[in-house]
Amino acid sequence: MGVGIKVEHLNAWFGKTQALHDISIDVPANHATAVIGPSGCGKSTFVRCLNRMHETVPDARATGKVRMGELDVYNGTAAVQIRRRIGMVFQKANPFPTMSIYDNVAAGLKLNGFHDRQRLDEIVERSLKLSALWDEVKDTLRKKSGASLSGGQQQRLCIARALAVSPEVLLMDEPCSALDPISTGKIEELIFQLKENFTIVIVTHNMQQASRVAEFTGFFLLGKLIEFDKTEKIFTTPSDKRTEDYITGRFG
Amino acid sequence: MPNLGTQTGQFEIAPISLWRRGMNGFVTLAAGAAVVLVLLPLGAIFAYLIYKGLGSINWAFLTQTPKPVGEAGGGMANAIAGSAYVLAIASVMGVPIGIGAGIYLAEYGRNRFGDVIRFTADVLNGVPSIVVGIVAYGIVVLGQGHFSALAGGVALAIMMIPTITRTSEEMLLLVPNAVREAAYGLGVSRWRTTLSITLRTATSGVITGVMLAFARVAGETAPLLFTAFGNQYWNWKMNQPTAALSLQVYTYAISPFDEWHRQAWAGALILIVLIVASVSAVRIAAGRGMLKGAN
Ligand SMILES: Nc1ncnc2c1ncn2[C@@H]1O[C@H](COP(=O)(O)OP(=O)(O)O)[C@@H](O)[C@H]1O
Ligand SMILES: [Mg+2]
Repeated sequence: MGVGIKVEHLNAWFGKTQALHDISIDVPANHATAVIGPSGCGKSTFVRCLNRMHETVPDARATGKVRMGELDVYNGTAAVQIRRRIGMVFQKANPFPTMSIYDNVAAGLKLNGFHDRQRLDEIVERSLKLSALWDEVKDTLRKKSGASLSGGQQQRLCIARALAVSPEVLLMDEPCSALDPISTGKIEELIFQLKENFTIVIVTHNMQQASRVAEFTGFFLLGKLIEFDKTEKIFTTPSDKRTEDYITGRFG
Repeated sequence: MPNLGTQTGQFEIAPISLWRRGMNGFVTLAAGAAVVLVLLPLGAIFAYLIYKGLGSINWAFLTQTPKPVGEAGGGMANAIAGSAYVLAIASVMGVPIGIGAGIYLAEYGRNRFGDVIRFTADVLNGVPSIVVGIVAYGIVVLGQGHFSALAGGVALAIMMIPTITRTSEEMLLLVPNAVREAAYGLGVSRWRTTLSITLRTATSGVITGVMLAFARVAGETAPLLFTAFGNQYWNWKMNQPTAALSLQVYTYAISPFDEWHRQAWAGALILIVLIVASVSAVRIAAGRGMLKGAN
């Protein structure tokens, strides 16, 4: 089951430059929330702060409070534990190039010390079914490498890999930006099904995509959260002039 | 349909010009010539060694120890084994240290200390092998009180380490950061990511570096002269002087005896064949372990 994420006064820096300014937002459980805004406005930085991936960049740091259900993300729990509960899918599909399809999906569990063969088989199958890739790869699970799949398949493989460690939240940073329309459609369909069991935050450049998959949308500009509301409201009657300018294509 | 100003099928592709065709042919030819020039010395060495050495290789040569001066026959079996022994000692010490240092430089070494190690490795790479031999003599031989297989192994390990370190570093840096991020995103710790993901992804490149270093030191003579020293008999003790093919070839080649000259050629041939064989064996074994389609 998904859980909500409550962000309060989040600030983030790369060295001395501040990339996020005082972000407060309530991401609702079991829904998809879209993050939109022009390039460089801090969308990636924002989602990477939610699962503490931000701090893997040298000299990067963040302040503020992030709560995931009852859990204080920045206090009292190791970052690696947080990342197992808040999974991530990246802009460019990044399967492990020397691993088979099976090993890619099982990687998160195996590398964290889980080796029960039978359970792994079950989890790999379930995850690949969830990410709608099972039928395409079930005969070549151990023979083909993850890198030999098509771009769209690779991205669904990465989704399966993230789901295999049973996170409660799934962060997706422009997961379709490198994909053709058919693959994009498949992943959007997938998001629809996934939000029954997961909380989803999806960064997107594509406003149609936001309106198709997300119930809530946040608009970012220059590192600030300008507006956060129901997607429908953002795209029809935004309350901020800057949001309106962006969605009507006056800049961005 | 947007109007693009042309109708489908109406534009023509210009024929490839004579100049471009000529250039194409020329570059292909030049590249082919370069390949031949690279392979020529290798082929020449092989051919000459076979011509000079093959006649002296027989069962006795491969299974017996050297005979005293004046007696015909005898072989280099103990030297073949000694080379393998010293190289094994060198690899056991040099490979883990070299790869470990490479990992440090690539994954954690973007700082002053890393720069110092990089500089040291590059300087060490340029130190003449005879000097490395003297250092190993000073540390191990004088320390133990006698020449030994261990001292030879240390000398060769010192020579292997900088090559392995620098190639491992480069190969690890070629692994895209996205691959590391994928592992971090799954909640895999940093050291685990380094060992199980980054190093694994770079395996074939790292192995190439190791084989390069191995092949380079396998034929070294100078650093063994006053470390392993040489031995007319079998030796399997770490702390005893041991024979090595390169040493045996050197001793026989500068001797005044025709029989020994012939055996030196044979020894050189065996040395080259063994180096090529071991490098190929490792490559094939590594290739087998890897997936099709993976790089
Ligand atoms: N690794 C980094 N080092 C330094 N600055 C960065 C880094 N990544 C992003 N930034 C800066 O942080 C700001 C926000 O970037 P990002 O979150 O990637 O934007 P978006 O995903 O919305 O395009 C940008 O100004 C960008 O230049
Ligand atoms: Mg981004």
